[in-house]
Amino acid sequence: MRKRHSCSLRTWLLIYFLTFQCILSVNHAADNVGTWSGNIAVQGRYFWESPQFDDQRDGDVSISFEPEFYKEWENGLRAVTFAPFGRLNSTDPERTHADIREAHYLHVEGDWEWRVGIAEVFWGVTESQHLVDIINQTDLVENIDTEDKLGQPMIETTWLQDWGAFQFYILPGFRERTFPGRKGRLRTGIVVDTDETEYESGAEEYRVDWSARLKMQFGPVDLGLSHFSGTSRDPVLRPNFEVDGSLRLIPFYKVIDRTGIDLQAIIGNWTWKLESIYQNNRGQNFTAAVGGFEYTFYGVMGSVADVGVLVEYNYDDRPENDINFIFQEDAAGIFQDDMFLGLRYVFNDAQSTEILAGAIYDLDYNSRSFRVELERRVSDSWKIESELQIFDNVNKDDPLRAFERDNYWQLDLAYYF
Amino acid sequence: MKKYLLLILLLPVSLSVFAETPEEKGLAIAVAADERDSGFVDQTSDMLMILRNRQGQESTRYIRNRVLEVDGDGDKFLSIFDKPADVKHTAMLTYSHGLEPDDQWLYLPALKRVKRINSRNKSGPFMGSEFAFEDLGSQEVEKYSYKYLRDEDCDDWQCYVIERYPEYEYSGYTRQVTWIDKAEHRPVKVEFYDRKNVLLKTLTYSGYQEYIGHYWRADEMFMQNHQTGKSTLLKWSNYKFKTSVAERDFNPNALPRLR
Repeated sequence: MRKRHSCSLRTWLLIYFLTFQCILSVNHAADNVGTWSGNIAVQGRYFWESPQFDDQRDGDVSISFEPEFYKEWENGLRAVTFAPFGRLNSTDPERTHADIREAHYLHVEGDWEWRVGIAEVFWGVTESQHLVDIINQTDLVENIDTEDKLGQPMIETTWLQDWGAFQFYILPGFRERTFPGRKGRLRTGIVVDTDETEYESGAEEYRVDWSARLKMQFGPVDLGLSHFSGTSRDPVLRPNFEVDGSLRLIPFYKVIDRTGIDLQAIIGNWTWKLESIYQNNRGQNFTAAVGGFEYTFYGVMGSVADVGVLVEYNYDDRPENDINFIFQEDAAGIFQDDMFLGLRYVFNDAQSTEILAGAIYDLDYNSRSFRVELERRVSDSWKIESELQIFDNVNKDDPLRAFERDNYWQLDLAYYF
Repeated sequence: MKKYLLLILLLPVSLSVFAETPEEKGLAIAVAADERDSGFVDQTSDMLMILRNRQGQESTRYIRNRVLEVDGDGDKFLSIFDKPADVKHTAMLTYSHGLEPDDQWLYLPALKRVKRINSRNKSGPFMGSEFAFEDLGSQEVEKYSYKYLRDEDCDDWQCYVIERYPEYEYSGYTRQVTWIDKAEHRPVKVEFYDRKNVLLKTLTYSGYQEYIGHYWRADEMFMQNHQTGKSTLLKWSNYKFKTSVAERDFNPNALPRLR
């Protein structure tokens, strides 16, 4: 558990990038030149309540750029993808960041597929949280919904069968979670210092992790079984006094074994969903689960719109991280005994307008949070996205307390090419 | 489709023994049309979709399609979206199942997520267009019951006019009136009547071309919605048949890599 600066993953990224460039140049003789696509977006966030912590600002404006280069050979059986990402943010330097989301080579041979390089993988079925999904680290400064991910170096092997697929991952190199800085909203009271990150593994961020996943379909049922062995993507935040006497939270990443199951079954208008994990770290283990359904009403009120009603229950057998003991290491996240109720309104119009509204109710602390997301295409190249997040009636013992005054409204305008 | 072979073998017998009812004649024509178009094994095509609202504003989609013929069940469809740009690289895989709900998966590139979608409602619009999923899906014989109405001239051709009634419980229609040309059993026009039995849409096919000396495909399909004034034009190009499309691509786990 040595302490060190963690910028050295850049070396890894550089190695991957150079290898990638190599593959590109080797295949340069091929006739097609590849395609560029992607988006450039401006985003504004407004926090209408005065901040809870020193130095925090009322909002921010930012611009993001996410291009993607793709080039294939042999009808897509060989391909390279390169997708960098960057955001420039007006207030929080930690939110101004860049990443290589994807830079990989794809090779398909019969029933076998390999992806080598930096890639992104998603597992799971539920709406209120993504419990089983583990391969990629969360890019938390992008959004607290944990749906933005950092590129993960990997060798992915897929064995494709009629019944589903078996996948095996070798994951060399670890990505640290991003955290807002001093000026950023949606942060812990004490700032997280990612320059002092600590690891349980002696290899620190160079540990080679592995993971395996079995995916099966039978009729209307999709089943996934997965196992991950390596450095946890969720850090424990430990307090530490700096030499200047200031207090900081230091991320500490344990080595874990995590087994997961995700299940979805479509029966009539019902879509039943379940995700569950069992995690072990040096004999300390816990179980967490999220399950529920989405019921869809088609063509509501004589229109072509569909309305989905979502109900999910979230469970975690660890005690919730009490605010008074914020540093206890084996505490649940915010979903230890929480109900999620949601409404999805899909307009089925030419603009692909969609609204998703959700409420999470903490049955232990009675805290509530609400979230509304809207998206709509405004022309063939422009799209508007907006979200509203409200934390309500936050109990003083709830870890969500740090976000109590961070209600916000966000607007994104993106140009796609 | 094999079971209809039996029907065809029996039909001449039944014709000779009994007077043919309009229902029998309608079914016989549908079976003949299905037989005429089967055996293509696989098919790929590009589709330009132009959506037009009542004010005349247009928006376009560009979709590449692959179809894999399945014996004894509905066909497998794979659609890869190129436009609009915000849905580029989205892929949709459908295992169609006649009277049962289809199996359908959507790959969402922004989230790198393959999502199984509830496809019981085949009457919903495809990509916000005037085409419902059930209008674009594979037209298996058992999806409808039939009734022959009359013979009629349709432009330069001679057509059968047949009324068909959806057997699928959650169809958006009470009935469809179809014009099928006598010579090659090509659909020429379809009128769709909504659940209240009011004329909802008219679909017209134009620019038929024959591929690999057997399969007729229309260059354009125009759907006019009479109730909303909106319309959708599909322009097909690049039709290819029996190209040995990779069966491995028709797997939900392969969707993330398809472009």
